[in-house]
Amino acid sequence: MIALVDCNNFYVSCERVFQPSLEGKPVGILSNNDGCIIARSEEIKKLGVAMGTPYFKIPDLIKQHNIKILSSNYALYGDMSRRVMQVLGRFTPTMEVYSIDECFLDLSGFSQDLTTYSNTIAKTVKQGTGIPVSIGIAPTKTLAKLANKLAKKGIAGNGSVLVWNTLAEPDKLLATLPVKELWGISSGLGKRLNRIRIDNVLALKQANIQLIRKQFGVVLERMVRELNEIPCIPLEMIAPKRKQILTSRSFGTRLSTLPELRAAVSVFATRSAEKLRSQNLCTQTLCVFIHTSPFALDKPSYNNAITISLDQPTQDTGLLIRTALAGLERIYRPGYEYQRAGILLPDLMPNGMQQLSLFQDDSNDNPKSERLMTVLDAINHAHGRHSIRYASQGLSARWQMRQQLKSPAYTTRWECLPIVTIN
Amino acid sequence: MSHYITPLFNTSLKIPLFSSSVAAGFASPADDHLEAELDLNEYLIAHPSETFFVRAKGDSMQQAGIFDKDLLIVDRSLTPKDNDIVIAAVAGQLTVKRLVVKLGKPWLYPANPNYKPIPIKEGSELHVWGVVVHAIHKVSNLS
Repeated sequence: MIALVDCNNFYVSCERVFQPSLEGKPVGILSNNDGCIIARSEEIKKLGVAMGTPYFKIPDLIKQHNIKILSSNYALYGDMSRRVMQVLGRFTPTMEVYSIDECFLDLSGFSQDLTTYSNTIAKTVKQGTGIPVSIGIAPTKTLAKLANKLAKKGIAGNGSVLVWNTLAEPDKLLATLPVKELWGISSGLGKRLNRIRIDNVLALKQANIQLIRKQFGVVLERMVRELNEIPCIPLEMIAPKRKQILTSRSFGTRLSTLPELRAAVSVFATRSAEKLRSQNLCTQTLCVFIHTSPFALDKPSYNNAITISLDQPTQDTGLLIRTALAGLERIYRPGYEYQRAGILLPDLMPNGMQQLSLFQDDSNDNPKSERLMTVLDAINHAHGRHSIRYASQGLSARWQMRQQLKSPAYTTRWECLPIVTIN
Repeated sequence: MSHYITPLFNTSLKIPLFSSSVAAGFASPADDHLEAELDLNEYLIAHPSETFFVRAKGDSMQQAGIFDKDLLIVDRSLTPKDNDIVIAAVAGQLTVKRLVVKLGKPWLYPANPNYKPIPIKEGSELHVWGVVVHAIHKVSNLS
C-alpha cells in the first residue's frame, strides 16, 4: 500500500505556525515579485479568489474582507518542508519526496490498521512541525493521489485520512469524478479523452487497455492499470538529476536600457552556473529570453529568445555570462519596457563526460576554470551569496524582486527568530 | 533439545582513528584514549526536526531561569505536562507561560503575578505551541 501525504495549504500553514493571529483568517501568498496569488487558505478560497489571481486586481476585496496578503518566503517553506519530510521518514524506510509539500510513503507489508497508523502520522507531523496534512492510502500511486484529494474535500474518510480499500463502493465515486481531476491528466488530454466518450474516471478505468495504449501511449496505459489497482509507477527514492535549469525572474520595476538588462542577465547566468556546479552538471547550450509585461496592454509588447551553442560543455560562470550577454545584445530592442528575463539551460550532461574539441586551443583552461569556480563557490558559501561577483552583475539592483510583504526567515536566520513575550 | 546460538547484531563497537602521524617517530600517548568530540547540538537538541529556536522578550521569568533576550530551545515533539515552561499562542501572540494542571484542568500561569492565570479550554484558539527545554544567555549579560 502507498500513502500520499500532502500538506494542507502548505505556504499558508507555514506562515500560521509563526503568526498564530493568521489562524482562521483569509490569507493569500504572492508569487515571486508580488505578482499573483499562488497559495490560498481555505477562507480566501471561499471568498472566490482563484489560483493565479493578479494581486493588483483585487484591492477592494482585500479591504472588504480584511484579507492578509504575504510575499512568498521560500527560505521558510524550504526549511519547514525539510522538517515535515524528516518526521515522515520515521514512519517508513521507503519514501519519495514528490514536491515541497507532498510525499509518497511505501506502507506495504505493514500489519497495523492503516487508518490508525495514518492518523498517528498526521498527528505527529502536526504536533512536531505545526503543519496539518492529509493522507490518502491506496494500492497504487495514482489511487493514493486520488484518495488524498477525496480526503481533502471531505467526500469520504474520517477527517484528513482516507484508505481507499475502506470505501464501500469506490466505482460509484469514480463515476462522479471528471478525468481532468486525475493526477497527470492535462486539459488537452482530458479533451481528447472526452472526444472518445471517456469523461469520468470510472470510464477511464474500464477503458480498453490496448486501445488506450495505441491512441495515447504507455503513460496513460500505466495510469489505467493503476486505477485497476495494479502498481505500475514505482517510488523514486533518489531524485533524478535535473534535465534542464531555468533561472528567471520578473523585475521589481520595468527595465528598458541595455546596461540594466545586462546586469540582470549576468546574475541569472551566475545563478545558473552555480546550480550546474552544485549538481555536477555542465551544459553546451544556453537560451536567453526577454519579454514585456503581458498585463500592460497599453504598451508595445515584445518577446524574443535566442539559443546559443557552445564549443564545449561548460559549468564556468564567466563563459556563461559572456555567452548570455552576447545573446542578449542580439535580441534586445530599445523602446520597450521589459518585465522579465531569464536563462534556460535546456540540455544538461554530467560534468567530466564531455567530448574534447578537435580545434580546442586552450586545453589548459579547464582545470584552471574548475579551480577558480571551486574557490568562488566556497567564498560565496561562507560569506553569503554575491560576496564575490563578476563586474557585469553590477552593484545596484533596481530589477530585483519586489517582496514587500515578506515574513522573516523565522527558522534559518538568528536575527529573524520569532519573538515570544514573557508576561 | 537443541541449542541455537544467535549472533547479536544490535550492538556496535567504534574504533577510534589513530590520528597522530607515525612518521613523526613517536605515537602520541593520547591515541589510546581518543573519544568523540563533544557536540553541543547533541546535548541541547533531542529532536532536531521538531526543535525551534525563539527569542524571549519582556519581564524575566526568574523562577524558571529565563531572562529578556534569551534564546529559547523549544521541542514541539514533547507532550506538555504539569509544571513545564511552554510557548503558548494566546490571542494570536506567542508567549512564554508555565503550564499548571489543577484538578485535571490545564492552566497557563504568567511570570508576572499581577496577571491572572488563563484556563485552556477545549476548542479554544489558545493552544500550547511547544515545550521550552533550554534557555541560553550570555552570562555577562546578567548584571
